[in-house]
Amino acid sequence: MTGKAVPVPTPQTQPFWDGCAAGELRIQRCTDCGRPYFYPRPVCPACGSRRVEWFTASGEATLHSYVISHRPAPGFDNDVPYAIAVVELAEGPRMMTNIVGVPNTPEHLVLDMPLRVRFERRGEISLPMFEPAGNGR
Amino acid sequence: MTGVIVAGAAETDQVGRLPGHSTLALHLEAGLNALDDAGLTTKDIDGIATVSAPGPVQVAHALGITPRWLDGTGVGGTSFLLHVRHAAAAIMAGQASTVLITHGESGRSRIGSARFAPDPSSMQGQFEAPYGVAGAPTAFTIPALRYMKEHGLTHEQLAYVAVAQRKWAARNPRAMYRDPITVDDVLASRLVAYPFHLLECCLVTDGGGALVVTSAGRAGDFPRPPVHLLGAGESSETPLISQLEDFTESGAFRRAGQAALREARVTTADVDHLMIYDAFAHLPIYGLEALGFVKKGEAGGFIADGNTEPGGRLPLNTNGGGLSYTHTGMYGMFAIQEAVRQLRGEAAAQVGDVGISVVLGVGGMFATSGALVLGRDPR
Repeated sequence: MTGKAVPVPTPQTQPFWDGCAAGELRIQRCTDCGRPYFYPRPVCPACGSRRVEWFTASGEATLHSYVISHRPAPGFDNDVPYAIAVVELAEGPRMMTNIVGVPNTPEHLVLDMPLRVRFERRGEISLPMFEPAGNGR
Repeated sequence: MTGVIVAGAAETDQVGRLPGHSTLALHLEAGLNALDDAGLTTKDIDGIATVSAPGPVQVAHALGITPRWLDGTGVGGTSFLLHVRHAAAAIMAGQASTVLITHGESGRSRIGSARFAPDPSSMQGQFEAPYGVAGAPTAFTIPALRYMKEHGLTHEQLAYVAVAQRKWAARNPRAMYRDPITVDDVLASRLVAYPFHLLECCLVTDGGGALVVTSAGRAGDFPRPPVHLLGAGESSETPLISQLEDFTESGAFRRAGQAALREARVTTADVDHLMIYDAFAHLPIYGLEALGFVKKGEAGGFIADGNTEPGGRLPLNTNGGGLSYTHTGMYGMFAIQEAVRQLRGEAAAQVGDVGISVVLGVGGMFATSGALVLGRDPR
């Protein structure tokens, strides 16, 4: 019995995971060309500059695409079927995630629906998940 | 033209379920079969290319080949198309004269084969695996819904890709699945990862294939008709499916495919036969558009209208493809093999007079691509 995969941070990704632990979605942007980007790396993929900085994203996103998996990954046996989604952050970059707080069915998961980030604990890590933006709080 | 030919090409004696073969054994059987096909022996080979594991050193050593040129490029199932391109450059540079490219994979029986699990500190391990990705069927498929929304591709059209390819497989005795299927059959097969059903996902099989590549100056020296490499291309995009720049297209497909057509100085109108790596039903759609056979958004209708099936004007994936013929995990070699058979006029589902065939491969999940333009004549 294996549990769900847990990320192991590297020195370059640690600020992202520290942000998640603090309840913030911290990503990077280039201070030369201004482009925000994800996943964490020490160089701007748009212009090649090494002058990059961390900032806290709004946590707002839209549902860009997804599948609803019937093949459980290790530890996901009780979750099937579950959506594996890609969301587009309000700032532009996209990231993979799960969609929580809504049934994972085609009827409830409509492309471009507004979402917002919500962090869920897994082991020592807080993972960014996304829920429909209208869900209270 | 590139100045090189495929002088020998062969698959393992059988493909499908081969529990008596290790991955290495499949490489060796395929390599020896390709040498037989070319009328050569291991002593005629001075260059070796394949993916790890087992890798070029192991394959060369097991066969008793002492290489003066090696290529271990391992960028997924399209790697063998890149090996052909790299071998062509090496041969033209005088670094090798005759290169053996092998593939073997015990994908179904898992005999002596490596398992894939991303390192939890890799980018995939940190930013994709935690969300329950369980292999390619649950990730390679993610862009499709976006494509469907942007271009109006229907579930029925996606399903028809599998129907069209089964029509080819029905004519190929070596294909794993040969019984005709309908759109309803596809949509009634179990959901693997919505919107993909089982019959829209590739097989998992055991098998192998190999190629002998040498200078076109030796075109008359071999027992089988030479197949000329007219052009080739390669590119990559991202190892993370979530970071694909545009979910409705593959930049790697487009760059590799267009480079190959450009080098060969051919247009889509010159192409008689086409192989597009079909790990899943949306790949032929993305590939047809990347190569420019149809405009963006039109490929689903093009396939559903019968253009790519037996009797259609653009025969596509005539062995039955990864969906119905075989898919060991690295299908690119089998796509090349079918193009060679069609150009030689010896395919199971021969489509008549094939002068030019294009092969478009994918590696990883839209991560890499290789493309070959192959011709019966040097041009």
